[in-house]
Amino acid sequence: MLSVNNLAARIEEKEILRGLSLDLPAGQVHAIMGPNGSGKSTLGYVLAGHEGYEVTGGSVTFGDADLLAMEPEARAAAGLFLAFQAPLELPGVNNANFLRTALNAIRRAHGEAELDAVGFLRLARAEAKRLAMPDDMLKRNVNVGFSGGEKKRNEVLQMAILRPKLAVLDETDSGLDIDALRIVADGVNALRGPEFSALVITHHQRLLDHLVPDRVHVLSKGRIVRSGGPELARELEANGYAGVVADAA
Amino acid sequence: MPAVTETIDTVQSLTQSGYKWGFETDIEMDIAPKGLTTDTVRMISAKKGEPEWLLEWRLAAFAAWEAMVEPNWAKVGYPKIDYQDIHYYAAPKRPAPKSLDDVDPELLAMYEKLGIPLKERAVLAGVEGAGMEGVIGSGNPNIAIDAVFDSVSVATTFRDTLAKSGVIFCPISEAVREHPELVRKYLGTVVPVSDNYFAALNSAVFTDGSFVFIPKGVRCPMELSTYFRINAKNSGQFERTLIIADDGAHVSYLEGCTAPMRDENQLHAAVVELVALDDAQIKYSTVQNWYPGDANGRGGIYNFVTKRAACRGARSKVSWTQVETGSAITWKYPSCILQGEGSVGEFYSVAVTNNRQQADTGTKMIHIGKNTRSTIVSKGISAGRSDNTYRGLVRILPRASGARNHTQCDSLLIGDQCGAHTVPYIESRNPTAKVEHEATTSKIAEDQLFYCRSRGLSEEDAVGLIVNGFCKEVLKELPMEFAVEAQKLLAVSLEGSVG
Amino acid sequence: MNQSLRNGADAYLARYQGLRGRLPGDAAIRDAAAAAFSEGGLPSMRDEDWRYTSLRGLAETDFQEPLSAVSTAPILGEAIDAPRLVLVDGRYQPGLSTPPAGVTVTPFSENPYFGRLPDIKCPMAALNTMLAEDGVQLHVAAGVDAGTLVLLSLAPDGHRPIAFHPRHGIHLEAGAKLTVLEISRGQGAYLHNAVTEAVVASGAVLTHIRLQAEGPEAFHVNTTFAEVAERGTYDAFVLTLGARVARTEIHARLIGPHGMVHLNGAQLLGGQQHGDITTVVAHDAPNCGSRQTIKNVLSDRSRGVFQGRIEVARVAQKTDGYQMNQALLLSPHAEIDCKPQLEIYADDVKCSHGATVGELDAEQLFYLRSRGVPDAEARAILVRAFLAEAMDPIAHPGARGLLERAIEQWWEHRP
Repeated sequence: MLSVNNLAARIEEKEILRGLSLDLPAGQVHAIMGPNGSGKSTLGYVLAGHEGYEVTGGSVTFGDADLLAMEPEARAAAGLFLAFQAPLELPGVNNANFLRTALNAIRRAHGEAELDAVGFLRLARAEAKRLAMPDDMLKRNVNVGFSGGEKKRNEVLQMAILRPKLAVLDETDSGLDIDALRIVADGVNALRGPEFSALVITHHQRLLDHLVPDRVHVLSKGRIVRSGGPELARELEANGYAGVVADAA
Repeated sequence: MPAVTETIDTVQSLTQSGYKWGFETDIEMDIAPKGLTTDTVRMISAKKGEPEWLLEWRLAAFAAWEAMVEPNWAKVGYPKIDYQDIHYYAAPKRPAPKSLDDVDPELLAMYEKLGIPLKERAVLAGVEGAGMEGVIGSGNPNIAIDAVFDSVSVATTFRDTLAKSGVIFCPISEAVREHPELVRKYLGTVVPVSDNYFAALNSAVFTDGSFVFIPKGVRCPMELSTYFRINAKNSGQFERTLIIADDGAHVSYLEGCTAPMRDENQLHAAVVELVALDDAQIKYSTVQNWYPGDANGRGGIYNFVTKRAACRGARSKVSWTQVETGSAITWKYPSCILQGEGSVGEFYSVAVTNNRQQADTGTKMIHIGKNTRSTIVSKGISAGRSDNTYRGLVRILPRASGARNHTQCDSLLIGDQCGAHTVPYIESRNPTAKVEHEATTSKIAEDQLFYCRSRGLSEEDAVGLIVNGFCKEVLKELPMEFAVEAQKLLAVSLEGSVG
Repeated sequence: MNQSLRNGADAYLARYQGLRGRLPGDAAIRDAAAAAFSEGGLPSMRDEDWRYTSLRGLAETDFQEPLSAVSTAPILGEAIDAPRLVLVDGRYQPGLSTPPAGVTVTPFSENPYFGRLPDIKCPMAALNTMLAEDGVQLHVAAGVDAGTLVLLSLAPDGHRPIAFHPRHGIHLEAGAKLTVLEISRGQGAYLHNAVTEAVVASGAVLTHIRLQAEGPEAFHVNTTFAEVAERGTYDAFVLTLGARVARTEIHARLIGPHGMVHLNGAQLLGGQQHGDITTVVAHDAPNCGSRQTIKNVLSDRSRGVFQGRIEVARVAQKTDGYQMNQALLLSPHAEIDCKPQLEIYADDVKCSHGATVGELDAEQLFYLRSRGVPDAEARAILVRAFLAEAMDPIAHPGARGLLERAIEQWWEHRP
């Protein structure tokens, strides 16, 4: 599904990713953990195509496609979804309208018929209900005046509606209470299947209790320094990164 | 090359700016020679069969105009206009139609093509895409239309229906004949003949426009609309609109404007006067889409318009809403004189400039009466190499105790070759008045664009979405049919401004 | 043009013709200014930049030359404990002055340097260029922290109407620091028409605090041109209390990246006073900031004017510009006129302005009184609170105290 090969990237003059390699087969969920500044969020932005990050080496294949050659919207159409760590506010832009526009753009790209307002609302309301989001969140402006938890849930709602093949969740668990955490995990679990993969960027074990990963990778200084099964996350939780990172260095 | 000889299709095929209304209609016209003297004024008055008082009024305006100089304080630049090189009268040759059946079929076809079918049935319905809350009822609002072609009213629909409730909606030239007492009582009382250079010019040479009178206590049963179309070449356009809402009357009035694409600039100098008496309410909405000129700034309409409302009655209310996307130059300040105690003035504006367009627009709110209130919301969007200026005045006079104003003025820049300017004037002479003004300038944030694109939107769609969001406070003030049209227009106007 | 303004301008031009041979410095510069002044005359309310301020009263007063010698030692009035330079009727008084270490002081009469910033477009600055006789030129060498300096301008005579046009310069070289506290006082009818050029080189910090407490019949016109280079700071505050008609005009230009301009001020006016603060901040370099907070407290029949323009040139990306103008009208006959403007040609900027006009908040007043605070005191508390936002950035404790006492006095003795 996703194959990252020796990826290097920088922001302005600062090298962040320095030869990161990663294989994420279809149907699997991988977790990326690592200390602050290790490049976790950069990986998410580079995968989604943020222009602020310059790719200086390596390659990324998504399905059969060269992901790095694609525009951000083409990546979304191809099935990539980044749940932002800090979702943007779009004043005056109605949440439902935003989502419908996005969904129909992706459907168009796939040669599918667009959803009309009524059909879309039916879908969106059902998903919102499943995520225990109040209906009025659809009517409000995108993320404007949302609490931190609401913003994160809004990202998961978007994911549920856009149905990506690969979801990159950038610290979607931060700032969530235990109930919201379960809702987010359930949102991802609901999508799990042979055609869906996820890359879960997190600091904490607790999300991984609900969203059990197939593999856990530890990122340090722009490189994956260790990989293992779900037990690795528990080890990190107990002992911190210091040992792992020092081992690698 | 003048567009006259080109067919509609070739003109359209040459269009790259996305201006879809730029075709020309071949109609036999009665055109006066170029030039402006007292004889021209007399000729226009005679053609219209006007009474002596109106001719005198026009001549006074002409004398005032001759003594005035063209204003130059606005932040717009254009070559000097030769006022003697303009036709001041151009009208379709056919005699004035008595009913829709008499209207020249060419004209009906043209309005049809513009999406304004002049038929007495539900028009302009269809609200697809009006937003999510916009899954509105299927009730098609009826709209009565006055179609003004080259400053001459060619057809007015639904007149009989309106007449039943006592509403008068007709060409102003007809009102001069049929309702002289009303016209004489109100014409020029809001915008005096010598008010400003362009208003004086209009007063001297106006050819037609719409007249509306809503009698006491009547809520106008349908939206009234005037659709302005400039067609003739080298002709100035000078319409005059007069709307009077008597005590307790309510009316919502819409105007739309388009023009063919030409290489020459054309002058449009209209005057709109609104009078609201006790408890009356007038809502005046404009979607201005005159031809803006091409990407290099060639051609386009000079839109120099005076619009003013007198809120004379207690608790009267006038609300101006405008979406200005067209014209090479816009010079326009729809204003409210808040005289009646507790009267309310509102101004909601979106002005979009792209390529070489220039807009200098805003409002004046003059608070005279006690407890008068005004709200100003202005959204300026500049792209290309355009300049966009908000210019506004809020004046609180000493007797306006308890007056309130709130102004919000936001500018959005798209690209680094355009300009956005804000010039508010705030004058208060009453301590109990409260005035608040806020203005911001920003650009579309890269990360907002990225967020939208990462959800699958193209860059242009993302810009359209964010711009529409930026303008939402204004767009929601428009009647639904216009709001949809306006949203599309915003997107079309900004085509090619990103990337 | 208005006839009295024309006559007034002609009188100044005639005076210039009479003095031309005796005035110090480059006659060509003065002639150019005279030509510009002759063409434009005294500004009238038809000039957009002067639409709210009339100089008719000034034009109708027959101002004379100051006497050549000061008869008695003037009363200096309250200042702060710092080195001071004293000017009487616009003329530098070495005998009354205590020049500080770290600042080179050169009287304009000895070295008539007009500066290099454009003044000719401002009619009152052109008038100054035409007739300037004296003033002080301050210079701080690179890297020197020259501390604080009081610049005291007095017009103590009060018996005959005089006009003076001092020409000041403040030049801070790279990394230099200086605080100038400028105080103007006087008696009787006079015109104090000063021009100051402030040049702030890279990394330098100029703090320029002014207390304008001219006599109630005076005309005070003060034009400042400031230029700020890379990472430099021009931090200005002006308190307008005096004069019959006062106009403080500040043109600040940011010419290097990461420069900063603060233009804060307050006008407290009463009687029939007219106070005008006009600012133009030109952002001509990227990544600069400007902050302006102007407060007006207007009682009686006074009239306050604020005009402020932020200009952002195409190169000035990442500009952060902010401006706030607020007015309290304490009387039914007071008036505020306000014209904040943004003129923006760069797209990646954050610029905003705000303006509010109103009276003291009745709810707050009631709350204070319900807690036992007498009405007058409650009002004073609320007015001080209103002024705080503009005053708070004044870091210099002595200057801050001086201004606060001046405000206190104004409040107690306001007409």
